[in-house]
Amino acid sequence: MQETYNYKVVRQFSIMTVVWGIVGMLVGVIIAAQLAWPALNFDLPWLTYSRLRPLHTNAVIFAFGGSALFATSYYIVQRTCHTKLFAPALAAFTFWGWQLVILLAAVTLPLGFSTAKEYAELEWPIDLLITLVWVSYAIVFFGTIATRKIKHIYVANWFLGAFILTVAILHLGNSAALPVSLTGMKSYSAYAGVQDAMIQWWYGHNAVGFFLTAGFLGMMYYFMPKAAGRPVYSYRLSVVHFWALAFTYIWAGPHHLHYTALPDWTQSLGMIMSLILLAPSWGGMINGIMTLSGAWDKLRTDPILKFLVVSISFYGMSTFEGPMMSIKTVNALSHYTDWTIGHVHSGALGWVAMISIGSMYFLIPRLFGKTEMYSVRLIETHFWISTLGVVLYIASMWISGVMQGLMWRATNTDGTLTYSFIETVTAMHPFYVARTVGGLIFLSGMLLMAYNVWKTVTADDASAVDAIIPEPAH
Amino acid sequence: MDAIEFHSYWTLALFVLFIAIVIWAWSSKRKTGFDALAHLPLEEDKFVDKTTKSEEKDNV
Repeated sequence: MQETYNYKVVRQFSIMTVVWGIVGMLVGVIIAAQLAWPALNFDLPWLTYSRLRPLHTNAVIFAFGGSALFATSYYIVQRTCHTKLFAPALAAFTFWGWQLVILLAAVTLPLGFSTAKEYAELEWPIDLLITLVWVSYAIVFFGTIATRKIKHIYVANWFLGAFILTVAILHLGNSAALPVSLTGMKSYSAYAGVQDAMIQWWYGHNAVGFFLTAGFLGMMYYFMPKAAGRPVYSYRLSVVHFWALAFTYIWAGPHHLHYTALPDWTQSLGMIMSLILLAPSWGGMINGIMTLSGAWDKLRTDPILKFLVVSISFYGMSTFEGPMMSIKTVNALSHYTDWTIGHVHSGALGWVAMISIGSMYFLIPRLFGKTEMYSVRLIETHFWISTLGVVLYIASMWISGVMQGLMWRATNTDGTLTYSFIETVTAMHPFYVARTVGGLIFLSGMLLMAYNVWKTVTADDASAVDAIIPEPAH
Repeated sequence: MDAIEFHSYWTLALFVLFIAIVIWAWSSKRKTGFDALAHLPLEEDKFVDKTTKSEEKDNV
């Protein structure tokens, strides 16, 4: 009997990726609608925007994105190390533990328990559980690498390893807090004042850099060659891409605190390091897209490749926009406006969601002993729906944001403000409606995906089979 | 040596390390190893066929 890979935990996380994608994006559509029509909070405290917004961000980043990362990292690390997952019981624990974290978030955030730290809102008892799950994840992942049958470590594993390690450090650093009592949820941050703000954005920007970028680049470096049927365009460039990102990302956090109490030199340093980041980001983007060179014709017929290529294009666009927005004079216009929301969603929907969706369409049939999804046509439809949704979303937020910034800074000749705040809110209303429609379109694509996945895994010829581990080369 | 001086040298050391990594990655000695690694994701799947047990069914 030949040894097979452990796909069970990969299957579990893959299915939950689709489920949490729908839940997280649904909450996003609800809060987008609340901004357009505030009466939609129904005057219930647990349905207010302030409580549902962290639920949306946590659900899409950690539940949807996190499940996609767990699934693909467990798949990639086994297959590129020619060995089974290390400590399968711990791997199973990471699945159930992570689902418990998500459920606890879904209960505590609407109830109003929050540390008020963006993307780290969960209170201390949940933070402890996250730590436990994350340490188990690291043991499973690095244990698999340590017991590999292949001499070298494939580049996707470097990105995934950096994601796991850095997120552990970020979580421990930023979530350091003192509980008010051992029986209550309330805690206070271990840091105060501007240090607290800086640590928060050291965490926040590196959550973007390592959770939402490095992890998904690991996905790109495996599934892009796989779907294109060609090796990565330049392996050398991928190695330099990795180290350049690892050395520069960690410095960019201060650009979230321009024109605040943070020392001016720290702001300028954050801006410069953010500008430098453009180079590795675009090196990686070119490497991903050029993997298709010589196989461009496949783009016409394969909707999975369309998802992957468009996601890498969005990665390029948002990593160009990001450094531009970190320039202090540009930031003076863009900060606190909807432009930021547009930028984030060009990365979150365009890059993170679309590369996850493309990878899942490739992965899911292969986890159930099939070569294709139930309907390739539906993937094609999903691709066009998603693209339309993202474009409508980010275009409306760009226009709204720039307009908002210009209205805020407009002054009369005597120095008084030209517009009152409520006038800017009124001006944004049509764009808030357009954004809601864009989000709704993107969400409807996810429902199509759920149907397609359901039909794929419940087909008569589908079964939960694990692939055989190749024999060592002689 | 105070903290600022230490961090200046540390940053410089990391920069030199990065340059060394670039030179290492572009050296011609890495070519064959990198080529083999780059082809790792392209392996085809093989499954144990549960119905007949003896046959293997191929799957891309």
